[in-house]
Amino acid sequence: MTDATPQMENVFVEEDEQAGPGPRGPNIVGDELARLVSERDDVVVLSADMGAVVAKLRELRPERYVELGIAETNTVSVAAGLAASGFVPFVLSMGPFGAIKCAEQIRTDLAYNELPVRFVARLSGLAMGFFGPSHHAVEDIAIARSITNLTVVAPSSDNAFVALVRSTIDHPGPIYFRISEGLDRELYPEPPRFERGRFVPVRAGTDATVIGTGVGVPLGLAAAELLEPEGLSVGVLDAAYLKPFDDEAVLRAAAETGAILTVEEHSVTGGLGATVAEVLGRNAVAASLRIHGLPDEELAVGVPAALQEWYGLTPAAIAAELRQLVAERRAALGVASGGA
Amino acid sequence: MTALSADGKTAVLERGREATPEELARRADWIRLQTVQLIDRAGLGHYSSTFSCAELFSVLYYRALRLNPNDPGWGDRDRFLLGKGHVATGLWPVLADLGYFPASYMESFGQIGSPLSDHPNMRTAPGIDFSSGSLGHNLSVGVGIALAGRLHGRDYRTFVLTGDGELQEGQVWEAIMSASHYGLGNLVAIVDANGFSGGGPTSKAMNIEPLASRFEAFGWTAQEVDGHDVEALSRTFDALPDPGSDRPVCIVARTMKGKGSKMMEESPQAWHLGLLAPVQRDQVVREIEARLP
Repeated sequence: MTDATPQMENVFVEEDEQAGPGPRGPNIVGDELARLVSERDDVVVLSADMGAVVAKLRELRPERYVELGIAETNTVSVAAGLAASGFVPFVLSMGPFGAIKCAEQIRTDLAYNELPVRFVARLSGLAMGFFGPSHHAVEDIAIARSITNLTVVAPSSDNAFVALVRSTIDHPGPIYFRISEGLDRELYPEPPRFERGRFVPVRAGTDATVIGTGVGVPLGLAAAELLEPEGLSVGVLDAAYLKPFDDEAVLRAAAETGAILTVEEHSVTGGLGATVAEVLGRNAVAASLRIHGLPDEELAVGVPAALQEWYGLTPAAIAAELRQLVAERRAALGVASGGA
Repeated sequence: MTALSADGKTAVLERGREATPEELARRADWIRLQTVQLIDRAGLGHYSSTFSCAELFSVLYYRALRLNPNDPGWGDRDRFLLGKGHVATGLWPVLADLGYFPASYMESFGQIGSPLSDHPNMRTAPGIDFSSGSLGHNLSVGVGIALAGRLHGRDYRTFVLTGDGELQEGQVWEAIMSASHYGLGNLVAIVDANGFSGGGPTSKAMNIEPLASRFEAFGWTAQEVDGHDVEALSRTFDALPDPGSDRPVCIVARTMKGKGSKMMEESPQAWHLGLLAPVQRDQVVREIEARLP
């Protein structure tokens, strides 16, 4: 990273009221929750010291906001009690203290009882990586997708978040929302239609397919665009649903391009790429697969943008990996490498 | 005392129902006998922890709770959460007796697919307000249910029965803190303070006393009661503050683990989890039956 100014969110201030040089932008989570409590009598928002994001809602319907302090596990179980009493609680949590800290409450109280709690894990991945190893949130997909009855989604843009919240609002079971930071590029002009368990095609391509989740989608798309002038045609799928998973889309990509690169701001263990590998393996489908994520090792500590650069979560690094992937694929098939 | 529900369709068992102390005490022993039978059927179970709260089950379900067995989801019912879920064998016969489900459900206890399990499952057993099994969760869940009562403007109470060892879980104290923060006078925690956990005397493993003053320091009203004295329990539940009041209530029920069986009272630890051999079982049953008319 060349810019010396750390671009980080102060999580204790509303997104649109950030002081200093941090990023400013629309407060999409806060706006959407404020809209929900205005429209529905059954939505409540619970926070474990994450109330800044819902300042608007607190003004609008203070009784629908339940602050529980820095007590994440209690917050999840309290949400379970509210859900068992007819509410649809949204639990706001910080990614690093979300799924990994509350795994048991999520499994035992929410998932086992199929209660309609929405667990919103903001600042996932490396978003809080400046604060130390305690603040990396790179295991949550692996944890969440192993829990029966838990739906796992990761929006790739603001409109995707809105669409996922709205399309799942009546789902009877719990849903884990993995919210990345850095979703600055709107991939969808309007909130898209998300069908449960289906990936959304973002870009068509014939040489390779990027399957991204969360911030992996805009990164993969930017990489695909970088490669276009080189004559490489790379398709991009938005794996907004991590559970249920779109096995068919994976198999279709394997058949159509035979070269798949997964992109996620998550450990390579147990995440999106591992899930794609399971699908290919279970179906005995041979395809070239590369898993672009965070290595299973102690991760560096630093400003998120610097960490993304460090670990290759950039369009340039992803494009480089795609070039190699396509070259390998062509070599395996005995096709001359180079542009199409 | 029964009344009709607001829609006039179902019979409501009101709070403070008439029941003589003799009836309630007999009911507690009946619960013990039923527990022995259920565990015998399953091949394993928690005897002594169930025996310690038999009087609590009796007074709650036959006097104190506002219930509607024909409509288990009735919105105004008092909620009862079994934090110490390992004593569900004491609850199944009560729920069957009150008509939540046919007594035949108990025949499948211990088998794969049975709606009744060692720890209660709200999705399979009518009358269970929330599942349990992992200690330390249910008081938090009770806070959520009590908050929901406030938001819905309903006057039900939420009772959570915890073990004393369960209070070693940190999440319980998060729940205790949040209950007083939100002024949940509609929440009642009952501690079955039998003094033992799975591994030995509770406070030898990790001291949890003095319980009442700890709850009070967290903003609750706390009181101690003999958990086997059905008259004292009845008075305590009858005198609970209005659900609209602003201090949650903790009832520290001092109990004896294994109460009602001399063999278990003498070695409560041995009968935390186990199976009585036929000779032992007959001896326990004879001892309890001798107290019944």
